[in-house]
Amino acid sequence: MTRASTPFATNAGLGARSARIVARLGPMVGLLCVWLLFAALKRGDFVAWHNQRLMLLQTAVVGTAAVGATLVIISGGIDLSVGSSIALGTMVVALLLKAGHAPLAAALGTVAAAALWGSAIGAMVIGHVGRVAAIVLGMLTVHWTWKAAGPLGATAAGIGVVAVIGAFNEFALKRLPLSPFIVTLGMWGALRGAAKGLGDNQPVYPEHAGWLNDLLTTSTSGIGRILPPGVWLLLGLALLMGGVLRYTKFGRHVFAIGSNEQTARLCGIHVERTKLLIYMIAVACAGLAALLQFSFLSMGDPTTADGYELKVIAAVVIGGASLSGGEGSILGTIVGALIMTIVDNGCTKLGMQNWVQEIVTGGIIVTAVALDRWRHRRAE
Amino acid sequence: MIAEPSSLPRLQMKRVSKRFGATVALDSVDLEVRTGEVHALIGENGAGKSTLMKILAGAYQPDAGQLWLDGQPYRPRSPADGRRAGVAMIYQELSLAPHLSVMGNILLGVEPTRGPLLRARAGRRRAADALRQVGHPDLPLDVPVGRLSTAEQQLVEIARSVATGCRVLVFDEPTSSLARDDIQRLFGLIRRLKVDGHAIVYISHALEEVQEISDRFTVLRDGRAVRSGPTAGAKLGDIVALMVGRTVDELYPRSCRAPGEVILELNELAGVRLPASASLELRRGEVLGIAGLIGAGRSELVRAVFGLERVRRGQIKIAHYAGPAAPSRRWAQGVGLVSEDRAREGLALNLSVAENLTMPRPRGWLGLTWPTAQQRAARPWIERLPIRCLSASQPVRTLSGGNQQKVALARLLHADVDVLLLDEPTRGIDVGSKAQIYQLIDGLTLGEAGQSAGVACFHAQRVSPPRADRPAADMPGSAMATRLKPRSHGTHATLPKAVLMISSYLPELLGMCDRIAVMYRGRLGPARPVSQLDEHRIMLEATGVQSRSGALGSASGDTG
Repeated sequence: MTRASTPFATNAGLGARSARIVARLGPMVGLLCVWLLFAALKRGDFVAWHNQRLMLLQTAVVGTAAVGATLVIISGGIDLSVGSSIALGTMVVALLLKAGHAPLAAALGTVAAAALWGSAIGAMVIGHVGRVAAIVLGMLTVHWTWKAAGPLGATAAGIGVVAVIGAFNEFALKRLPLSPFIVTLGMWGALRGAAKGLGDNQPVYPEHAGWLNDLLTTSTSGIGRILPPGVWLLLGLALLMGGVLRYTKFGRHVFAIGSNEQTARLCGIHVERTKLLIYMIAVACAGLAALLQFSFLSMGDPTTADGYELKVIAAVVIGGASLSGGEGSILGTIVGALIMTIVDNGCTKLGMQNWVQEIVTGGIIVTAVALDRWRHRRAE
Repeated sequence: MIAEPSSLPRLQMKRVSKRFGATVALDSVDLEVRTGEVHALIGENGAGKSTLMKILAGAYQPDAGQLWLDGQPYRPRSPADGRRAGVAMIYQELSLAPHLSVMGNILLGVEPTRGPLLRARAGRRRAADALRQVGHPDLPLDVPVGRLSTAEQQLVEIARSVATGCRVLVFDEPTSSLARDDIQRLFGLIRRLKVDGHAIVYISHALEEVQEISDRFTVLRDGRAVRSGPTAGAKLGDIVALMVGRTVDELYPRSCRAPGEVILELNELAGVRLPASASLELRRGEVLGIAGLIGAGRSELVRAVFGLERVRRGQIKIAHYAGPAAPSRRWAQGVGLVSEDRAREGLALNLSVAENLTMPRPRGWLGLTWPTAQQRAARPWIERLPIRCLSASQPVRTLSGGNQQKVALARLLHADVDVLLLDEPTRGIDVGSKAQIYQLIDGLTLGEAGQSAGVACFHAQRVSPPRADRPAADMPGSAMATRLKPRSHGTHATLPKAVLMISSYLPELLGMCDRIAVMYRGRLGPARPVSQLDEHRIMLEATGVQSRSGALGSASGDTG
């Protein structure tokens, strides 16, 4: 597709549509190539159905988190705290289960808690650092003074702290937008620390996890026989988010903000509100990923999912998203996550050592993005 | 006028004033635009047009004055506010989301929805309606806007304004990046919008366009509205006179210069978009000015020469070096550029005076530089210009605009360049610094010897006879003499320098330059001695009223 050189060219429509279809298919073709490569090299072992199922399973955690990260990256942001969010999520669910809550309540509580710290991240990105600090420090004050001052005194102290910092924020700080890179880099450390603090640096082993333990195992009946529930969760989430991005006003605004934030604001889009929602949703997805990770580990582990943030970003970017915003798709992200799993799995099957895998994965990321940019340049 | 003008003007701006610090940008300006009218806003660069329009759009708040839309008081606090009230701006740089489709852009912020879901069919219909209203139902709805041509993108932006139900449309230099045919299409569309009852403000420097499309005009000069009236019957020559009518009260030094051999030669140089074609010869010991309006391609020209922008075709010859080269090579060849954007490109604001000054030529041993050595190297320049600062290690950020600019200039002197490309060297600086910079430029054209014995001789064109002690430039052995390769280790200039200077301030160009060439829509006219030029003539050429060869008055005579 060449750029419409004659103004008002009417045939731009058809060419552009086919170009767009090719753009959509790009990552898919990559997926197919990688799969065929390993299938040719390893045959039976790699192409067996149970291996396909295993690979989908291996994709579930990163894929689920990456679906949320896709929204963030399309809007021109980034989330470096995904791995820490997952670790904190496993701790929260494990502690809730240990406290005797039902699996469903524990799961919902974890996702809600993730959405809560996601909204804190979003609030800092759009400039409410002071408010977040006021609330966090207020809560800590209540926690610290609880024993000494009793419920009433602790609450009063907490409200006092919130009022002082809040007032400073409203009068002196006002709105102070920060780059998502910085905010989530900070949260990458802070959330990991919180996860360690919750378990006193130790993993938490709940006795009864119920069905939360079985998210990544196939059952004997129903659709669970084909694929484990965790994979269905990922597919359902992907379908839902894909629909949200495509068919809702919110979804259009995510793209608009990433493409040109000033224009979006000029056109009356509530940029700040939308961003807050984006980070809430993204971190809630990380919360869901934490449930899957918990199911895999059967425990809450504060050191788990180390480095997942980069895997998640790699999946989104391999899927055709641009780190400068405005581009990306859920389908692409899923394909990107699958490509990374296939490379891991295939290399293992071929008996390659870990270090080879790591080099190959690194190469794939750069190659995929280079190919994507090249395709883009030709399209223009 | 086809639409019937209602008794109430669509837009009224009364006694609008705005000052920025000490400078008065707008002084009690009145503007009245009627329904179904195209109102041209005319003025030189810096006359206050964009400030006035930013107030209209809601980007600036006026210090005084009132606005009405259809008789209702109108006081936008933000551009989004202004849009909601029905004021849409079509800027030179379009504001679209390039990744979104045509439909997505048109509907941005006004998507029809049912609950949280988009109503795809209703949206399509509304977008198609908007495109039909701007007369181009053939534009594909699903193509990302980034893939369209500029003309098509502009249409999308207009369609978006129409879809949001705007009442006042402001076009700011809408034709500067359009081809001829597209301009005619745009004019057709503007006439159509006019008939539909929109009020249109049209800003352009190209006066023929203004004459073709507008019903009435207002001329702004130095922040004041100097004249309003119907376009029909107004003579272009008179409008230009209204635009430039001001007194020259600054004195520019011009010593008796003796231009030497040609050191920079451009032949039909063309960039990727701008310039379209530029040829010139710059000699040692002369100041050549480039006049023209913003967007004519003047900056792109010097940037292409300096290697900051790609050259599409044409030749660049600098002394005996031919062909395009990267900026690092240009520094080595003895060419330096002072950027028009001091804050973002010209200087590293957080670094010290010394670091900025010595950046192109750290003068270290084996690539090692010492901060103290840099500061020692910078000190003579600080004294000589003089740059007002506490010490050479002071961050440039903390200096005044004038002193910052002197740092940018001193960088070229420190690198001991022969060709100085100066892009708006006195923009936004105080009069005192301006005078110092003028003195400096004048001194450079004389070289060391001339500097002490500079004799003022105004408006005299003298070309020195070829000197016996200077070998001809085209002889192979002359490289060392022509280029300053053996760099003097003193800080004083030895040979006269060549200066290429861009300025939007005509008195400055007329006062400082030996010759001036005018750029219009990417094409550089012939350089003519200042004695043959005046502000009026340059303005006629810069606005395209008068072709370069045509006699004065022929273009303005047949108007009306």
